[in-house]
Order: sequence, then structure tokens, then C-alpha cells
Amino acid sequence: MPADLNLRLGLPGSDQTDVDAAKSNKRASPEKAEDTASNGVPAAKSADDHETAPAPKAQIVGWPPVKSYRKSTAAAVKKAEAESGMYVKVSMDGAPYLRKIDIKLYNGYSHLLTALEDMFKLSIEREGYKGSEYAPAYEDKDGDLMLVGDVPWEMFMSSCKRLRIMRGADARGLGCAQ
Amino acid sequence: MCLFQSVMNYLPKEVLEHVFDFLTSHHDRNAVSLVCESWYGVERFSREKVFIGNCYAVNPERLIDRFPRLRSLTLKGKPHFADFNLVPDGWGGHVYPWIEAMAKSGINLEELRLKRMVVSDESLELLAKSFPNFKSLVLVSCEGFTTDGLAAIASNCRLLRELDLQENEVDDRKGQWLSCFPESCTSLVSLNFACLKGEVNVAALERLVARCPNLRSLRLNHTVPVEVLQKILVRAPQLSDLGTGTFTHDPDSETYVKLKNAMKNCRSIRSLSGFLDVNGRCLPAIYPICTSLTSLNLSYAPGIFSNELIKLICHCKKIERLWILDTIGDKGLGVVANTCKELQELRVFPSDLYGVGNTAVTEEGLVAISAGCPKLNSILYFCQQMTNAALITVAKNCPNFIRFRLCTLNPIVPDAATNQPLDEGFGAIVQSCKRLTRLSVSGLLTDQLFLYIGMYAEQLEMLSIAFAGDSDKGMLYVLNGCKKLKKLEIRDSPFGNMALLSDMGKYETMRSLWMSSCEVTLGACKTLAEKMPRLNVEIINENEAGEDKASCDDRHRVEKMYLYRTLAGPRTDAPDFVWTL
Repeated sequence: MPADLNLRLGLPGSDQTDVDAAKSNKRASPEKAEDTASNGVPAAKSADDHETAPAPKAQIVGWPPVKSYRKSTAAAVKKAEAESGMYVKVSMDGAPYLRKIDIKLYNGYSHLLTALEDMFKLSIEREGYKGSEYAPAYEDKDGDLMLVGDVPWEMFMSSCKRLRIMRGADARGLGCAQ
Repeated sequence: MCLFQSVMNYLPKEVLEHVFDFLTSHHDRNAVSLVCESWYGVERFSREKVFIGNCYAVNPERLIDRFPRLRSLTLKGKPHFADFNLVPDGWGGHVYPWIEAMAKSGINLEELRLKRMVVSDESLELLAKSFPNFKSLVLVSCEGFTTDGLAAIASNCRLLRELDLQENEVDDRKGQWLSCFPESCTSLVSLNFACLKGEVNVAALERLVARCPNLRSLRLNHTVPVEVLQKILVRAPQLSDLGTGTFTHDPDSETYVKLKNAMKNCRSIRSLSGFLDVNGRCLPAIYPICTSLTSLNLSYAPGIFSNELIKLICHCKKIERLWILDTIGDKGLGVVANTCKELQELRVFPSDLYGVGNTAVTEEGLVAISAGCPKLNSILYFCQQMTNAALITVAKNCPNFIRFRLCTLNPIVPDAATNQPLDEGFGAIVQSCKRLTRLSVSGLLTDQLFLYIGMYAEQLEMLSIAFAGDSDKGMLYVLNGCKKLKKLEIRDSPFGNMALLSDMGKYETMRSLWMSSCEVTLGACKTLAEKMPRLNVEIINENEAGEDKASCDDRHRVEKMYLYRTLAGPRTDAPDFVWTL
């Protein structure tokens, strides 16, 4: 039995179990969210802790109140993005033309680098740049040139706009963070 | 009787008619028709535009009988909560009987505007063939038709000026409906097919645009590529409202350069939308027109990241209407507040509808907007959290709200700072905003809020309530206090029979009442229906469609009830699962 007897209402899943009793006619949200929320404070800013997420939106019919047309359009856009593949250009320093690959086909950096090695018939540096090999870099959505391998694979997939296989003086000091 | 009054009585009908011509608002015309029989007569023969907020409130024959000179009709069908899947398919709202009746009576229909109605291809075909002067078709949130119906409109309506399809569910038959506009069609002023999913014949589109010099508004769908957009803009630099198709292309390409130049030449564009499929790096192409934009809708463009949005907004100093996604973030809203001093209407939609993710706007963004945008009068705001303090500040900064809709993603979230209900915050809004006509509330709310609404919201016409209140008192405060209330929609709230039955006459002064997942029982609904013959009390019962209605226990709670005033009696087209008491 909670220490305070007040029917103080907090977020679902907070310590006051009498919330549910008082609001038993309310649908879905409080009961179902009990599992996920672990404290009474809305988790707007703490992105890391899944436990403090707000009530699962998809479980209440018609909430949040967004027109079904809008929902289906958003879903269609997401689906199109998922199906369309993520083709990015790959340039290699010194090569006369570029190639294109679908990043979605690869399940990780190792897989990607192996494929690039295969495609360009070269060997990509993985431990540290020694001057004779190639280093893989990519252009992200802000237009910056980044070393491949620093960020989690999923993040890389969504931010990589273009790949560039560098060699020579440009790549000095780089090494794949694999 | 004073001299003035006697003079008015002897004014010839033509003069009265001429005077009434100056009355454009439905409200004024309705008022005038109630003055006396002679004015009623003159008014009804001169009325050309009619607005019917609930298609079941009156039947088509009565409309035609009273207004034989009808030229423009606006009809609304399903209840608002149908937008959120609360009304099952097949409920009703068919336009066919209206078109059929008008066609039979020789009405010279020129304009038809429908919202939340079921529009079949047959109705569109009948419409297209029955009214030779038909000029304007506007369909908002409708369903039931395919591109075949559009082909009928395009082929037959020789004087068509406007075909505006907003957010409809259309079955795209991938036909050539756009090619059905004959070469002789040069009168188009407005064409909006953004909601269509299929490809259109782009060559036909370009030719159509080229031969319609009065085209002012064009909204493409996502299948129209940038290359075609660029060509269209070259042919139609006079456009004032543009909806792009896909907006993805290589910013280094020649097409991009051509597009940018074409945009520069479109000095009249004031309204921009679309961007369904967008690469944020292509946005600079539209910077030249941003400076004169008054309306911008980026709410279907999840592909634009926050920083790109912010860069774009910085150019939009004259924006009056802005629809965006919450990816803009509080920081982005701060930029809007600093830049968009002419802003009147803001809508911030949620971007993450299915994930658990944290949305990017909170009460901070709202407060910033209220402080920076003195002309703000209409807001729809989906947010992660809210506080009373923020709402009180917003109320102080913006006493001019006409529409205020706030939606917290967790429907019963309390004040993020104090854990209290949000009663005081919303209370401040209704107290400060004396001209508020529409309000949607959410978050943790008690009867206290409804006491405030009843006390202060004197102009309120539409109120939406979900997961709020403690007892019948809440609903009673609203019914007793809000004299101008027209539409009340309530879901998942503990309001029951006592509140429903306390002032039954009130519902004849309102357009409709929706209550779902509340405490109202079948018995109470029956009582109401019996005492108020001019109301249709509908019970929507999806689960028990086959059950014998007589065996339903009066003490059972009703899952969905929709009642509305009507002169037409119980409707004849109700499906099985709708029971009119």
C-alpha cells in the first residue's frame, strides 16, 4: 500500500496504484502503460531510458488524434523509404568513374568494407593508415567528410550520403575505427 | 410604427433583394430570413449559397423547395471523430441523394463543397452530366470514389474552374483522368490532386497548364518529378499557390539550376505545400519565394531535418500560416518566434506516430511562439508535455485566440513540473481569450476545468474532450455555461445519464453531440430520444450488429452515441450497426 493515501494522480505506472481504481472507466492508456513507465516524470528529454517513455501511442484507438489520411501518408513515406534502398555513390581517388551501392544490403561495416574491396579490387585499411592502402570516408547529411566506422551502423546508414575511398596524403592519419 | 419601419415594409422586393445581396455570411442571411414572412420570402428566392453542417439535419427535397435558386452547396457528413477511426465504415454521409434530387429539380448547381462524405463514382458522373454550369468541386476528407469519377468530371464539366481534392482516400485506378480534360478546357483556376497516389500523364498535365492562363493554384502529387515541376513553373509563373510533387533531386544537377531560376520567376507564389519526398539539400531552390510566402505547409515532409527547417524559416518573414512537424523542435519554434512576426495560425503535427520515440516539442516551444508572434490566433499543437505555468503565460501573451487545440501525446499527462492537473492552465486560456470559438483539451483534467469553461468560454462553439473530468458535473458546467455551443464531442470520460438528461432542450440549439466510452446507458438514450422527437439519437454498435435490439438491457453502457438535431426524422440509409432510437 503506498505511503501517501492521497489520490494524487501522476503518470501511469507511477507508485500510486489507486490511480487505476479511480479512473477505471478510462480506456487503455493507464493500464497498459504501467509496464513501461517507471517514474512519475514525463521523459521528454531523457532519450536513453526506454522505461520512462510515455504511454504507447499505438494502443489507444484514435489517439493521438491525427487524421487517418495523414497517418497513412506518413506510413507510406516510411515504407517507401524502407523499400527504396539506400543507394549512395562511391568514388575512389584516382578512378575515372564512380559506382553506386545500396547500403541497405549490408549488415555492418565489415560486410560493407569487404564489398568495397571486392568492387574496386583493392584492400581497405582497417587497423591504421600505413600510407599505401585506402581509407574509407563518407559525406554525411551536413556535408562533412567523416571517417567510416565511428558511429553505430544504423546511424551511419541514415546519415551517409556518399562514400569516398581515399588514399595518399589526403588519408594520412586516418584509420578505420572498425 | 415609426416611419423607417413603414418604409421598409413598402420597399419593393427587388430593392430588398438588392440589399440582401450585400449579405454574404450565412449567419446574416439566416437572421434576415427570420424577421418576417416577406423577408423570408425575398431571402429564400435570392439565396444562392447554402451551408449545411450536418447532411442529415435536413433532406434534399426541403433544401430545394426553399432555395430554388441554389447555386452553391456545402455539405458536411460524418462526425468529426470519424477522422480518428472512431466511426465504422459504412456509417453514412452519402452525397448521391443530394445530387440526384438537385438534378431532378433542375437546380443550376455551380459549386459543391463536401467534407467527410461518401462520394461514389456514380455521384460524380451524375454531377458531371447534370449541371452544365458546374464550376467548382471541393472534396475534403471524403472517400468512396476513384479516378474514374474524376475522369467523368474532367470530361464533362466544360466550365470547370476548380477541382480541389484535399486529403481524400481515393482509389487510384491509374487511368488517364487528367488526359480527359478536353483541349477546349481553358478555364481552370485551381487544380489540387496532391492526395492521389498514382501517376498522372505529365505531358497532359503540362499541356493543361499551358492552356489555362487563369490557373492560380496547382497542387501536384508525389509522382510528379522535379523536372516536370520546373517545366510547369516556366509555363505558369502566375501561380499564387503551389504544391510540389516529389522534391528530391541532385542539387548539383542542371535541373536544380533550372528549377531555381523558374522559381525566381514566380513572383506571385504566396502559398507553398507538398514536399512529400524531399531532400533537405534541395530546399535552397525555394528560398527566392520564401520572402513573400504567407502560407507554408511542410507537415507531410518528414525528410527535412531540424537545422534545414530552421534555415528555411529564416527566410519566411511574412508567413501567416505555418503547418510543420514537431521535428522542428523547441529550438526551431524559437526561430519561428523571432522571424515570423505575421504568424496567425500554427499547426505542429507529431512526426513519430508509431514509435516510442520522444517528440521534439514541449511547452517551451509554445511559450516562445506566444511571446514572439503577437498576431497568433489559431493553434494546433501536439506535444510531449505541458505545464500550467506555460499555458498561463501563453494566455497572457495571446488573448486573441479563436481556435486553441492542444494535444498531449499521453492523453492524461499531468503538469510536467508540478504533477497537478492542467485545469489552471486551460482555465487561463478560456478566461483570457474572449473570442475563443474552438477548443480541444488534453492532459490530466478534472471537473474544475469544465467549471472554468462554463464560466468563461462565452463564444465557444466547438469543444473536444478526451479522457477528462471526474463526474457528471463537468459536462453539466459546459452545457449550462456555453451558450453558443454547437458541437460537443467527448470520448473516454466519466460523464453519464444525469449530465445527458439534465437539459434536453439544449441539444436542439446545437448541431450535434458525440459521446463514446462514457457512462451513458441505453435507457437514458432511449429516454432522450422519446422526449425529443426532433433529435436523432444514434447508437453505433459494431459488436452487436446482429443482436436482437429488444433484448438489449437498458442498463448497459452505450459504447458510441451520436445525436443531432434534424428536421428530416430518422434516416433511411442507416446501416445495421447504427440504431436510431
